[in-house]
Amino acid sequence: MRTPIKKFIAASAAVTIAAALAGCGSDEPKADRPESKTITLATHDSWNMDKKVLADFTEQTGITVKLQAHGDAGALTNKLVLTKDDPLADGVFGIDNTFATRAIDEGVLAKYTPMVLPGSVKSFALTGDDAGYLTPIDYGDVCINVDDTWFAAKKLAPPKTFDDLADPRYKNLLVVPGATSSSPGLAFLLATIGTYGDDWKDYWSDLLDNGVKIDAGWSDAYEVDFTAGGGKGDRPIVLSYSSSPPFTVPEGGDEPTTSALLDTCFRQVEYAGVLAGAKNPKNMQKFIDFMTTREFQAALPDNMYVYPVDTTTPLPEGWDTWAPTAPKPVVVPASEITEKRADWLREWRDLTTR
Amino acid sequence: MARPDHALTARRLGTAALAAVPLAVLGAFFLYPVGGMIQRGFWPDGAFDPGGVLDVLTRDRVHRVLWFTVWTAGLSTILAVVLGVPTAFVLHRLRFPGQRLLRTLIVVPFVLPTVVVGVAFRQLIATSGPLGGLGLDGTPAAIVAALVFFNVSVVVRTVGAFWEGIDRRTEEAAATLGASPARVFLTVTLPALAPAVASAASVVFLFCSTSFGIVLTLGGLRYANVETEIYLLTTQELDLTSAAALSVLQIVVVTGLLVALHRARRTAPPLARAGESGRSPRLRDLPLVGWTVVVVALLMTPLLSLLVSSLRTDGGWSLANYRALQGTGADNALLDTATHALQRSFEVAVQAAGLALVLGTIVAFLVSRRPRSAGVRRLSATFDGVFMLPLGVSAVTLGFGFLITLNRPPLDLRTSSLLVPIAQAMVALPLVVRTVAPVLSSIDPRQREAAASLGAGPARVLLAVDLPHAWRALAAAAGFAFAVSLGEFGATSFLARDDTPTMPVVIYQLISHPGSANFGMATAAAVVLAAATGAVMLVVERLRVGSVGAF
Repeated sequence: MRTPIKKFIAASAAVTIAAALAGCGSDEPKADRPESKTITLATHDSWNMDKKVLADFTEQTGITVKLQAHGDAGALTNKLVLTKDDPLADGVFGIDNTFATRAIDEGVLAKYTPMVLPGSVKSFALTGDDAGYLTPIDYGDVCINVDDTWFAAKKLAPPKTFDDLADPRYKNLLVVPGATSSSPGLAFLLATIGTYGDDWKDYWSDLLDNGVKIDAGWSDAYEVDFTAGGGKGDRPIVLSYSSSPPFTVPEGGDEPTTSALLDTCFRQVEYAGVLAGAKNPKNMQKFIDFMTTREFQAALPDNMYVYPVDTTTPLPEGWDTWAPTAPKPVVVPASEITEKRADWLREWRDLTTR
Repeated sequence: MARPDHALTARRLGTAALAAVPLAVLGAFFLYPVGGMIQRGFWPDGAFDPGGVLDVLTRDRVHRVLWFTVWTAGLSTILAVVLGVPTAFVLHRLRFPGQRLLRTLIVVPFVLPTVVVGVAFRQLIATSGPLGGLGLDGTPAAIVAALVFFNVSVVVRTVGAFWEGIDRRTEEAAATLGASPARVFLTVTLPALAPAVASAASVVFLFCSTSFGIVLTLGGLRYANVETEIYLLTTQELDLTSAAALSVLQIVVVTGLLVALHRARRTAPPLARAGESGRSPRLRDLPLVGWTVVVVALLMTPLLSLLVSSLRTDGGWSLANYRALQGTGADNALLDTATHALQRSFEVAVQAAGLALVLGTIVAFLVSRRPRSAGVRRLSATFDGVFMLPLGVSAVTLGFGFLITLNRPPLDLRTSSLLVPIAQAMVALPLVVRTVAPVLSSIDPRQREAAASLGAGPARVLLAVDLPHAWRALAAAAGFAFAVSLGEFGATSFLARDDTPTMPVVIYQLISHPGSANFGMATAAAVVLAAATGAVMLVVERLRVGSVGAF
């Protein structure tokens, strides 16, 4: 009986020592190793691209894209920062303008800009990214949405501006996701900061006095509390996207029952980039090129509910009429966001959780 | 005389080798990743800076967060005990038709994903919901209600299992001597039950104080506990020092609770087999039966509201939401069909339950031995406690820890699809240990000694003595682990995932998309998931193992 046990112990000891030694081993040299035909793309949880589009990419280039979902844009960026010495993937899609400069400043990304880009892409480039780490892929406008049917029934004119939201006529009617736990929630906070400057805290005090409801995430606000959401809530004003109204066209109807207030929008631009230290940077670059082509751009609205950065791309039916983008979205420079985000969020949190 | 010494040494070495297997897995997939995250917090720029961590603990906000964690968890624990103890009596000491179904229904909330419960609760209490008039939405009361909803079953199962084991003759003797039923309860039953109640209460407090999804969804951001604070600090602010400070605090508190739990369990009576005893209800049991009916009704209300909304489409009744599960949702909400996700959930649950069963059985086998020396007993208790730690440590810390530590061979697994089942197995492991260990301890060691003296080797003793007693418990533990894995969302949501999501992830994706069709489909998916876990638990219940879901 004793021998097998001894053998087992010896074996476990050997495994442990081997593991310890492996842990101390140095990195293998990376010089001119042939790249793998399978690349890994780290994304946020909202990645939703038609598998046919990805299959076409594989057919054109022989490269297969493996996806890796990492939570929201914040979690995605922070995971990449924590693992920058040994990257998780070859590239990233979904870092937005509220997190982009953190990723660049922390050295997560390698420089890459596609040789050929649609003309409109430049206008979406990240301010401060002159070296060209990130390529814009899509954008969306985070705007206040209103339930027009509800307002018509109440014979009340819907609000139009940020000021209106603090108007007592609209008391207890607004619901928004929180800035600390939701990326559209953060966009809304930034929109108010961009609009009111240093007075944003006064504005938020007014909103709180006017009964704004703050939920954890977009789905809590839209699906449970919004009158036109899935749960048929009781607040007819909600924070959502300018692309949300087409989804409220009733069965058999041809007009949505909600609309977006285009004077209240913050523009979120989503970027893609190659990770510094990636194992397959060249093949990843090919995929970034592909993301700016017509096929990928055209599939964005239907699959991810965002607008293509190539503005010549035709939009799905209904989008032109019912989901226009904001002519003048509120702008807050990306570098200022990175610099002040923590302070703003702390101040916002202290204000709203008093 | 040298031979027995050799045999003893060999046996000890054998035990140590056996203990090394689960310890190695726990070390690699729990202690090492969590340690890695804490290290980043204590050594922010490569230099040891404990001052930064101590500084965090003096912040006002941290104090608020701590106080909120303690009082919500404390109040939820008290309520769960008040609701659960009378229910335990009715479901475990009485005997009536339909009892088994009731016992199953009680456990379903425990294995449901938080994302489902969050939505179900919000639908009920949102100002427009059926209970909107109570004004609970976004208040701490809603958080406490949901925490109680999750944890009543822990009290019922734990106290119930012990109650069945209490010798009825003591109570009968007291009654014969003229004690009133109330007096019998206070002087005989309650003191005997106390360890079970204390044991259940410490576990419920543990679950409540580390609850994440519920506090985030129902707290409406006005309230934060330690767990949600760690999440915000890590995923949004990348403030690892503060997150590490809170993680360490969490581990200290959890360790304290585990010690208390161990003390409480030490004085517990041996386990009886469930469903063997029990008398028919009498007239004077009526208030308790009424109480139980109320408790079951409270637990079922959110589930029924979910069921109702899953059957409604555009103002009428239909099964359209269920039919939609074969597709990918309206407006391409999903990349794959919900039925595929269910299939994937089953696969993951089989892997997770298998791993949890193997490791949990080894742990249970080792901790159920009764060593003679006090030192070895303490060692065994510590060994037992270490495997409970995953229940009390932030899933965010673990998820991020995987990424920064499991990046070189032989553990180059940080983006492997095996990580989800492994993480879920870590969550289910303590539940397996708590189900199997009491059954193994209840085996009279003299049976094993007799078998050994008749010439049976250790393997033969296991097969001939332990297995016949324990197979039901093993099967029940596997089923329980399977159900827990089906509904697991917390740990899963912080891991890197490939494009074949599990059912709870799909539900989350569906409610994150606009359009009432997707919301309806999410409720249908939630009902299917609840039904699947309920069905598994019904089978487990048929095995009549009292220790399932008990602590």
